[in-house]
Parts: sequence; C-alpha cells; structure tokens
Amino acid sequence: MEIIRIVGIGLIAATLIVIMRQQKPEMAIYLSLAAGIIIFTLVLSRISDMIDIFQDLASKANVNMLYLGIVLKILGITYITEFGVQICKDAGESAVASKIEFAGKVFILVLAIPLLGAIFDYVVKLIP
Amino acid sequence: MDVGLIFKIAGIGILVSVLNIVLKQAGKEEQGQMLTLVGVVIVLMMVIQLINQLFHNIRSVFGF
Repeated sequence: MEIIRIVGIGLIAATLIVIMRQQKPEMAIYLSLAAGIIIFTLVLSRISDMIDIFQDLASKANVNMLYLGIVLKILGITYITEFGVQICKDAGESAVASKIEFAGKVFILVLAIPLLGAIFDYVVKLIP
Repeated sequence: MDVGLIFKIAGIGILVSVLNIVLKQAGKEEQGQMLTLVGVVIVLMMVIQLINQLFHNIRSVFGF
C-alpha cells in the first residue's frame, strides 16, 4: 500500500523537523521542503495515471482537447502555488506567501481568458 | 524518490548543531557561524536538485 508509505514518511519527517526546529530552524524548513516534495512526487504518478484516463474519456466524448489542456494547466498551477505558499507560511513569511498566491490567481485568470472568449462567441452566435 | 534524503538532511542538521555547540564551548563563535553557513549551503544544493526534479515532473504531467 502506497498510503502507508506516505504516512510513514510524513511521521518520520515530522519527528525530525520537531527535533531540528529547536536547534536550527533553517534546516527544519529544508527538511519540510524535502518531505513535501517526496510525498508530492509519490502522489504525482497516480495523478498522471488519472489524467491519462481523463484524456481518454475526453477524446471519446469529442471534447476539444484545448479546453482539457487549459483545465490541466490550471490544476498544475494550483498544486504548485499551494505548495510554495505552504512552505513560505511555514518559514514565517506570510507576505511572500500571499504574493505567490496572488501570482497564481493572475496566471489562472490569464489561462481562463480564452475560455471566456469562447463563451462570448457562443453568446454572440445565439443572439441574432 | 528516495526517503534517504530526509535522513541525510536531518543528519547534516544534527551534526552541524552538535559541532556548533562544541565550537561555542571552545569560544570560536565565528567558525561556528561559518559551519552553519556551510551546512545550509550543502543542504540547499541537495534540496535545489529535488525542487528541479519536482518542477520537471509537474511540467511533464500537467503539460506546460
């Protein structure tokens, strides 16, 4: 079972981080970063399998692949932004964290604008 | 992914803090500071490779 491995990694990392935080807080941040990346990479292979299934379903349902690509990109931006925000908040830099969050929102909006354009095109077609 | 990296980082951290205490007792505060800096840089090198790998994986999975 993969989940048991992940929980074990998390518990070991948490114990080591608590030990480190008293002596060297900067090492504690690197430890939590490494643990987070390792757990995320373990989960990422599963996400990759799921995305393959979704792409298969979308191609069967004749959904435009461009739109699925946009959704996947937004999903990736969300994951990576959340990761950075959590690490920055752990390090006590909530100002930087909120800037990262803001940047993530802006890039998601930029990616979503073509969809907005498509919706407007449909509306214009419907009006006359 | 190897879990050994977590233990490696924790080991370097514990070693640096113990050596720091020893140096502080011997009255060599500056060398202790240098030691801390070196430890942080070594760990940073390891973590940067890991971050690079993560970004590469995310780029390939989510199709950036």
